[in-house]
Amino acid sequence: MFEVYDLSFMWSLSNITQTINSWLNQTFSPTWALIFEMVIVGICVISLFAILGLVLVLMERKVSAWMQIRLGPNRVGPKGMLQSFADTLKLLVKEGLTPNGADKFLFNLAPFIAMIVAMLLMAPIAFARDFKMWDMNIGVLYVTAVSSISVISILMAGWASNNKYSLMGAMRSGAQIVSYELSAGLAILSIVVLTGSLNLNDIIQSQANGWWIFKGHIPVLISFVIFIIAVTAETNRAPFDLAEAESELTAGFHTEYSGMKFALFFLAEYVNVFIVCAIGATLFLGGWMPFHIGNWQGFNHIMDYIPSSIWFFGKTFFLIFLIMWFRWTFPRLRIDQLLNLEWKYLLPISMFNIILVTAMAILGWHF
Amino acid sequence: MFIVKYIKEVWSAIKSLLIGMRRTGYYFTHHKEIITQQYPDNRDTLNLPERFKGEVVMPHDEKNEHRCTGCTACELACPNGTIKVITKFDISPEGKKKKAIDKLVYHLELCTMCNLCVIACPSDAIVMAQTFEHSVFDRSKLTKILNNPGSKIMDGVE
Repeated sequence: MFEVYDLSFMWSLSNITQTINSWLNQTFSPTWALIFEMVIVGICVISLFAILGLVLVLMERKVSAWMQIRLGPNRVGPKGMLQSFADTLKLLVKEGLTPNGADKFLFNLAPFIAMIVAMLLMAPIAFARDFKMWDMNIGVLYVTAVSSISVISILMAGWASNNKYSLMGAMRSGAQIVSYELSAGLAILSIVVLTGSLNLNDIIQSQANGWWIFKGHIPVLISFVIFIIAVTAETNRAPFDLAEAESELTAGFHTEYSGMKFALFFLAEYVNVFIVCAIGATLFLGGWMPFHIGNWQGFNHIMDYIPSSIWFFGKTFFLIFLIMWFRWTFPRLRIDQLLNLEWKYLLPISMFNIILVTAMAILGWHF
Repeated sequence: MFIVKYIKEVWSAIKSLLIGMRRTGYYFTHHKEIITQQYPDNRDTLNLPERFKGEVVMPHDEKNEHRCTGCTACELACPNGTIKVITKFDISPEGKKKKAIDKLVYHLELCTMCNLCVIACPSDAIVMAQTFEHSVFDRSKLTKILNNPGSKIMDGVE
């Protein structure tokens, strides 16, 4: 269906993974080899989470400071680089308090559900060429399905806290995620229609002669904008942070949490931001695929010399920066404005848009 | 037409959001706009804004003369009784009695730097100074007398 480019000369991590795989299979029985591989992957994911938490918190604080004409953290370590280490240390030694009136089991379970959902979402993402945990043929469906579980952790935290603010925040968050999932799904669907596949790897391969945001003309641009708005709402970030609106609900669903349990929610928020940006980068900006223009062989070859993981993380961090830019520019929406925006604007536009994209895909009007 | 209004609404919303993002993007890329003062480090080169209000002072000229007539407008304007004007009567060379200030007592510990006394003053006798390192170990040091000892009113100020 699509031209297959020969990218085998690109520097890749697949050699390392294959070496480890064959060594494990030679040394141990296949079952143990699989278990060891799972352990290695688990350790990698947890360390990626830790690094993401540290980097993104620092990035957010620096970006917000510069946008508000401030300096930001600049005392701990060189240029304030170790600020998030110091914060983590503080959170680790703090007492994780459980209130007396709370439902103790659900209260303690909720932060772990938030983390587990974030971990599950990592599975189908391709971090570099031939470097992903699970090459699944329904990757896009899996991501949209699993990401909606995160609302359960928020509802659980809000309900178990036995606190008006928490419950209110959780209910708002539920309404918000249920609404915005629709337009996010329709925006994702427009790429699925163009590619004809739910496999994230196929979607990346189909962008070898140009990313969808350039190939798909204005309709894909519209669905990209809708996707970014909807995922900002789904990750409960400003301007859609009604679930934790400080000025109205103190801290929303995590009012009663402290110490490491609060840190898990905090970390899950940042990891979710990373994941939705990675999905956005994969669908619209070509994932690890270098910047290619049609059949310009020379130009495409030069771009291929940049490693694919740098392309992936570059695009993802660009989208994360975009979402941070939104957060530090726009004021928070009211709950009625929030629902109006979804049901009166985003949903009709994305429904109309998907008709356009379908027509475009059938008639072959994209490049 | 409904649909035209709808599209116009969406368009103007996107446009206004982009204007906002352009502003924050400008600040993000132009670090020279940063207004934070790293205070104890740059104590010698501190660059305070023009309208910064540190404490109320009464400027005197080189002949030790001030502009205060003792009208008590500042005392009346102060919302929390920070200023107390104590007046006396000077005898002029012609033998006339003239009202003048003896002491203008200023309680810095009560002052909220609201600037109302400076606005109320009809003869511009008091201004806001930019000094702000006010901490002392003894509370009584915060009660200040603004006019210098032996000072008198400037000629021509009524």
